Amino acid sequence: MNDAVSIATAIRTGKVSAVEVTKTALANISARDRELNCFTAVMAETALADAAHIDSEIVKGNNPGLLSGVPFAVKNLFDIAGLTTLAGAKINAENPAAIQDATAVAKLKQAGAVLVGALNMDEYAYGFVTENYHYGATRNPHDLRRVAGGSSGGSAAAVAAGLVPVTLGSDTNGSIRVPAALCGVFGFKPTYGRLSRAGVALFSSSLDHIGPFARSVGDIATIFDVLQGKDSSDPVCTNRPKELTLPQLNEDISGLRIAIADDYFVKGADSEALAAVHKVANALNVKQYITLPEAHRARAAAFVITACEGANLHLDKLRSRPQDFDPATRDRFLAGALIPSNWYLQAQRFRKWYRDCIREVFQHIDVILAPTTPITAPLISQQNMILDGEEILVRPHLGLFTQPLSFIGLPVLSVPVQHHSNLPLGVQIIAAPYNEAIILRVASILEDQGIVSAERVEV
Amino acid sequence: MENQYFNLSDYVEQMALLLDLAIKDEYRDEVVANFERIRAIAQLVDSFPLPEDVEVAPVFEP
Repeated sequence: MNDAVSIATAIRTGKVSAVEVTKTALANISARDRELNCFTAVMAETALADAAHIDSEIVKGNNPGLLSGVPFAVKNLFDIAGLTTLAGAKINAENPAAIQDATAVAKLKQAGAVLVGALNMDEYAYGFVTENYHYGATRNPHDLRRVAGGSSGGSAAAVAAGLVPVTLGSDTNGSIRVPAALCGVFGFKPTYGRLSRAGVALFSSSLDHIGPFARSVGDIATIFDVLQGKDSSDPVCTNRPKELTLPQLNEDISGLRIAIADDYFVKGADSEALAAVHKVANALNVKQYITLPEAHRARAAAFVITACEGANLHLDKLRSRPQDFDPATRDRFLAGALIPSNWYLQAQRFRKWYRDCIREVFQHIDVILAPTTPITAPLISQQNMILDGEEILVRPHLGLFTQPLSFIGLPVLSVPVQHHSNLPLGVQIIAAPYNEAIILRVASILEDQGIVSAERVEV
Repeated sequence: MENQYFNLSDYVEQMALLLDLAIKDEYRDEVVANFERIRAIAQLVDSFPLPEDVEVAPVFEP
């Protein structure tokens, strides 16, 4: 059983119990996570109790839901009732335990899923590597010397290693898509506002999204459908009705206009990243290219907004106890606190302009393909890399291709392209706002053809 | 810097004072380096001519 949907089916039909599945997941975590460092908390007792409850419902003839007995875990910035929400920070470890689950956690539990723990991340989600100063680096299951990517590194690595079939993460500038690509799993960032962020520690509210990681397109669609729905506790959450994507998964895609992003999305990528895009494009018989104008400026504006909003959120702690921050995040937050208001407002106004500009692009195209990251997973502690003969900083560069897209809230799925002799990479499948169903249909075809896949990695 | 009278290090120090944000000596070099990076990036956005009627989206709907 590789995916959540088959696990739930097996449990509902009595082939295996939820308690057995949970015990196996807990045993896997205890055997392998010392090396990987995905989990910052494992909730064995409550998980086993929740699983036993699912089993008793099934015995009574009730249906506990689409995700009956499926073990899952969440990035440690999601509230979990009874647990302190760390958001990757030592400072937050002093906070009282959360009183209730985040909306997304509650929805997965309502669908029968069993929460087994909380996952490692970059401090306050400010990073692309998950080399957390306080809680350690999460290691990439494909090569333990390498980063898992970030900031939802624990979420991606836990799925890649098969510790759990499903996790949740957050994405402000690429924090779901980057680790999904580097760990070789599916990572989905739906449209901005599509999924409730209530009970999730924010980083930069203008750009914060949540979304799932999984090893199959069917699982991603199932979880996305479960998580949809309006929520007055998140002012950004949309009032649009739910649009179920799972029933649409096998619909024909021959009428879709698909193109490869060129220019900016080609220049900064190494040959392997471009080869992954071409492999996907060839499978879909796509030859057309399209330019997203001013993408470099979109990335710049996202950078300014993130630095400014993030710094403002943590200003009190930056004043009173800067020594307790991760040094890498502290110095960026401190610099962000000093940004003149005009730089921030100009970036926000540019966001509106850029949104209108890309809306125009989507008048002529339905789906865009682009690399997720410019390179495969770098080594832990690696500071610099060479690209086009130029030495640049690794950490910010990992978000080169993800940032201009989340900047205007476009839905994007990073699909994993595996290399038998090398590390995996991701390709972003991008659509117009609220067109998640189209993205998942395209991904489903690629999965059927064996072009994209996320088999569990044995460490 | 285009403007030879502008001193980035002084700006960081003065702005931090204004915000009641004590930047310890051992952090200063990295904060200045980070601010220099932000400044260059913000320049990219600032140099783009936006029509006057482009407002910040009050409720952002993608």
